[in-house]
Amino acid sequence: MFLIPDPVVRFFHRMASPPHFYAFSQRLMPWLVVIFLLLTAAGLYGGLYLAPSDYQQGDSYRIIYIHVPSAWMSLFIYVVMALAGAIGLIWRIKLAEIVAISSAPVGASFTFIALVTGSLWGKPMWGTWWVWDARLTSELILLFLYLGVIGLYGAIDDKRTASRAVAILALVGVVNIPVIHYSVEWWNTLHQGPTVTKMDKPSIHVSMLVPLLLMAVAFKFYYLIAMLQRARIELLLRERNAQWVKNKVAELKL
Amino acid sequence: MSLSRAFFAVIRRDLVLALRRRSEIANPLLFFILVITLFPLGIGAQPHLLQAIAPGIIWVSALLAAMLSLDSLFRSDFDDGSLEQLLLSPHPTSVLVLAKIIAHWLVTGLPLLIVAPLLAVFLGMPNHALGILLLTLLLGTPVLSLIGAIGVALTVGLRRGGMILSLLVLPLYVPVLIFAGNAVQMAGTGLPVDAQINILIAILLMALVLAPLPVAAALKMSVN
Repeated sequence: MFLIPDPVVRFFHRMASPPHFYAFSQRLMPWLVVIFLLLTAAGLYGGLYLAPSDYQQGDSYRIIYIHVPSAWMSLFIYVVMALAGAIGLIWRIKLAEIVAISSAPVGASFTFIALVTGSLWGKPMWGTWWVWDARLTSELILLFLYLGVIGLYGAIDDKRTASRAVAILALVGVVNIPVIHYSVEWWNTLHQGPTVTKMDKPSIHVSMLVPLLLMAVAFKFYYLIAMLQRARIELLLRERNAQWVKNKVAELKL
Repeated sequence: MSLSRAFFAVIRRDLVLALRRRSEIANPLLFFILVITLFPLGIGAQPHLLQAIAPGIIWVSALLAAMLSLDSLFRSDFDDGSLEQLLLSPHPTSVLVLAKIIAHWLVTGLPLLIVAPLLAVFLGMPNHALGILLLTLLLGTPVLSLIGAIGVALTVGLRRGGMILSLLVLPLYVPVLIFAGNAVQMAGTGLPVDAQINILIAILLMALVLAPLPVAAALKMSVN
């Protein structure tokens, strides 16, 4: 821990305590919502109104402002879930377990959105709703992995045991993440190659790139909002016999 | 007892147990044969169509047979408490678990290899693809047992683990299915398949080294 500055360590130690986390996330929530709304408004205005239409794809390319950020989020959330699960497994931190399991439904939704928007875009562009190419198939498998995590968590009654089972499963599923990410580079498929995350120069014009990045950041904030809300409810459920939850309930009754 | 002796003792014990309960060997095998028989009946006896999809049929059936046989991997040991003894032994659990998985593969995976060529001939697969089919099954079915063991270890403590097991395990089986099915397909048309075979070998080695670790962790969680 010698590499990490002291205040950061102290912050994480405080966050590992359920009452602190609950109070802190409550104070954080309005800020997150405001930032999310501002970013989404700016991103959508830039993407749907300011950005020019594509010379080949016309206006239908504009679905990327939902599709691409969702696809990024589907991978990002899985990695966060696996990391939080690993932290929960190693240090037995309750909150890491809760963050891991609260991420799963949000990640599954983003994966589903990425698949649906991709398919809606594929119909006019490729002439088909679905092709069994590497990127689409691996994204579909990612959805199944998320559903497996959610299903396993629901099947085990003791939630602490369930969290550990889910963490092991999520860690095993991580092998799929690089395969999805590099699938368009490894296999020459119908899905186009990456246009944004190239190191030298993105092959997308700035007026299209800026709204896309805005939307990507907005989606990160949305994930934080949705995940924190789930985590807070999960926390209350698990700690329902703890004194601080009883105090909270007593405050509500007054 | 040294680690290697414990390792072989576990394999021997599981093989003896399996030989005493022969239905556990026969059931996955019969299931495999039956599923493959269903395809020509469902699709219609069109030789060209069957020949074209034979690699897929055989591999999907092998996948389902492997998945159905998984439950016997830890079930009886979990029920009679010998799994706890295994976890309490001074040897690393992951090594002992690997022994159990190997024994399970010898009992349920290896018989598939013996009947697969016969069924492939029934489906009209060209003769020069049979060798590749056997090779992919030899490399692929151990991976199915190894990955499947993770799923069983996670669900062995649950009363209705069957459905959830397929949800956990089948997505992880997909890479093996893709590369193995593709290799047999390519071999049928006379193209080189070195790349797919190399990837399958890589997957097998990775699974051999890595899979026992989560299995051991999951068993400790399921038993406690």
